[in-house]
Amino acid sequence: MNKSVFLGVVAATTMVAGVASAQATLEAVKARGELICGSNTGLTGFGAPDASGNWVGFDVDLCRAVAAAIFGDPTKVKFVPTTGETRFTALQSGEVDVLVRNSTWTVSRDSELALDFVAVNYYDGQGFMVKKDLGVSSAKELDGATVCIQTGTTTELNLADFFKQNNISYQPVTVADDSEAQRQYLAGACDAYTTDASGLAASRATMPDAENHIILPEIISKEPLGPVVRHGDNNWGDIVRWTYYALLIAEEKGITKANIEEVATSSTDEEVKRLLGVSGEMGAKLGLDNAAFKNAIAAVGNYGEIFSANIGEGTAINLARGLNALWTQGGLQYAPAFR
Amino acid sequence: MAVASDVPKESFRLSMLIYDTRYRSITIQLFVLVLFALFLAWLLNNTAVNLATRGKEFNFGFLWQRAGYDIGQQLIPYTNDSTHFRALLVGLMNTLVVAILGCVLATILGVIVGVLRLSKNWLVSRLMTVYVEMFRNIPLLLWILLSYVILSETTPQPRDFRVTDEMAAAGEAPAATMMLWDTVAVTNRGTNIPSPLFDRGLGSLDIGFMTLNLTTLAYLAVIFGSIWVNHRILTAARTQQETTGDRPVTWWKSVLVLLGPVIALSVALGLHMEVPALTGFNFQGGILVAHSFTALVIALALYTAAFIAEIVRSGILAISRGQSEAAFALGLRPGRTMNLIILPQALRVIIPPLISQYLNLTKNTSLGIAVSYLDLRGTLGGITLNQTGRELECMLLMMLIYLTISLIISALMNLYNTSVQIKAR
Repeated sequence: MNKSVFLGVVAATTMVAGVASAQATLEAVKARGELICGSNTGLTGFGAPDASGNWVGFDVDLCRAVAAAIFGDPTKVKFVPTTGETRFTALQSGEVDVLVRNSTWTVSRDSELALDFVAVNYYDGQGFMVKKDLGVSSAKELDGATVCIQTGTTTELNLADFFKQNNISYQPVTVADDSEAQRQYLAGACDAYTTDASGLAASRATMPDAENHIILPEIISKEPLGPVVRHGDNNWGDIVRWTYYALLIAEEKGITKANIEEVATSSTDEEVKRLLGVSGEMGAKLGLDNAAFKNAIAAVGNYGEIFSANIGEGTAINLARGLNALWTQGGLQYAPAFR
Repeated sequence: MAVASDVPKESFRLSMLIYDTRYRSITIQLFVLVLFALFLAWLLNNTAVNLATRGKEFNFGFLWQRAGYDIGQQLIPYTNDSTHFRALLVGLMNTLVVAILGCVLATILGVIVGVLRLSKNWLVSRLMTVYVEMFRNIPLLLWILLSYVILSETTPQPRDFRVTDEMAAAGEAPAATMMLWDTVAVTNRGTNIPSPLFDRGLGSLDIGFMTLNLTTLAYLAVIFGSIWVNHRILTAARTQQETTGDRPVTWWKSVLVLLGPVIALSVALGLHMEVPALTGFNFQGGILVAHSFTALVIALALYTAAFIAEIVRSGILAISRGQSEAAFALGLRPGRTMNLIILPQALRVIIPPLISQYLNLTKNTSLGIAVSYLDLRGTLGGITLNQTGRELECMLLMMLIYLTISLIISALMNLYNTSVQIKAR
């Protein structure tokens, strides 16, 4: 009896996990006719449904770009909301094809979780948000504070490290997702809310009294966020990676959503011609159409356009380019050579 | 003379496996067993293949790695430098404390409500019916969330307790004050209660895998000793009553035996209370009982008590009216009848379904995740699982632990059940 209980347990676990397909992801996506993208449950500016139910945001646009590269149509993508806890299991089990959801690239996720981070689409760091009337100006003054923290994230571990290094104490309140954290924080159940600084800015933008909250100056960690695919299907990883780099190169070369047709016909720059599929067989090498990257850029615009439309200065989230400026402008965003 | 030929000797034919009732059941059982074995083999193979494709292996070594995260409520010492195994233990303790407290409260409340529901007082019995039906028919998760929201939204923030210099000068009172002679503070984060401190504590003893707090042990020893002596006093009194018909007065002896040694020990160890005080963001000192814990215990107790009430009611109704009529005829008052005649007999009917209510309550503690209570599900099945990516191992281990807890509860309750059954002599 006990043995059968054990085996039943194994059974249940395995059936939920499903059969990881040995079939290449690209073929599966093409056969299905749509890309399934693991998204945030709702983080304004990065990935959230708008008033009419369409997913919009910085991360969402990258998914749309990949869909456009594969199908020539940015709408052929389904978004599956995942929490910090469920996201990697969803990817591993094949429930989603690619995860674009503010996920931090770490060595243990690369190795232990058998995932591949293909690029970094946002260089971020962990910060703290507090109410202005708390009178705190530095995270080091948070001794004894109650801190809201999303579970299943790297920020959980950074938080413990930060307080230990500074020899101060805190009381953690572990919550499942951003909206729950906001609720607890606004209700005063925690003094501070900590997550990636970009996430804090996005949360603050949705608060009714945004001006009463400040993000403390300390950035306590490196949080390179980027798209993730399953380990083992290198071609699929290459497709996501080079779609992202295509958006970067487009910004570098001044190709925008508006002028892309004109550039495609008139450009004499060989790299631009290869990128837009005018010459060479770059798309075909990845198993895509040669115009794949042109379609991607035409669908969502270049990296700079995506940034300023969703999270850049002037939007509600109002983030500066900072580290995410192109390398030519002193930032870290740098695409390898497209040849 | 013609002799009737012998009945031909029956030889075994393959079709008999199906058509002969002597063999048929064995055939079917064998067939099902083989199918079941094949199914299990497929599952195991599937697990192994899938683990291999993802490049994962199956081992529990991660339990001895550094956990790296902090836990709000910890009954045993734990820091983020402790191992995942230690975090598991902290979670397990958190699960057990909610389960035990919940079971005790649910039983007390359930018995009272169950008895009151049979009351002849119309108002009381209807009120109890309303309570039982409300709690039985609304999902537990909603009750947990509701109690948590009520606790955290209706209580003041810690800073409302602060008296600033200007307020002191103007003679204004702060927005919130502490209760019970300034010893208990209820904030929107939790309830801060005083904690016992000892000037001359006995220290603790390290026995390898855990540390024993000698002060706690001393108290336990003294309390159990007192209870034992008290038991002896009562037994002696009963013996005297049975032999002479005269019951000696024992209450002052009991009070002395039960309280005296504990007070003496407390004075010897220099017991005093550390009262929580507002410093910085939160109350410091004392013990913080987080609202997630309180909400979980309250909701679990109220919810399960509704079921226990029904069990108690059915148990009481199962006792024939003749029993209470006989008791009344002997001149027993209704209260005494219930305590001495009805409830002891009803226990036989009550205990078996009560066991499954205890099991339900214990398993339902895992819903604490909804209010961020870090129990076993929150530590091992939540953060550890996530940070290490060992879903299969964590889930199996968690199921094994819940199974073990449930089986232990079942075994203990079954023992108790045997002891209250009618002894056939």
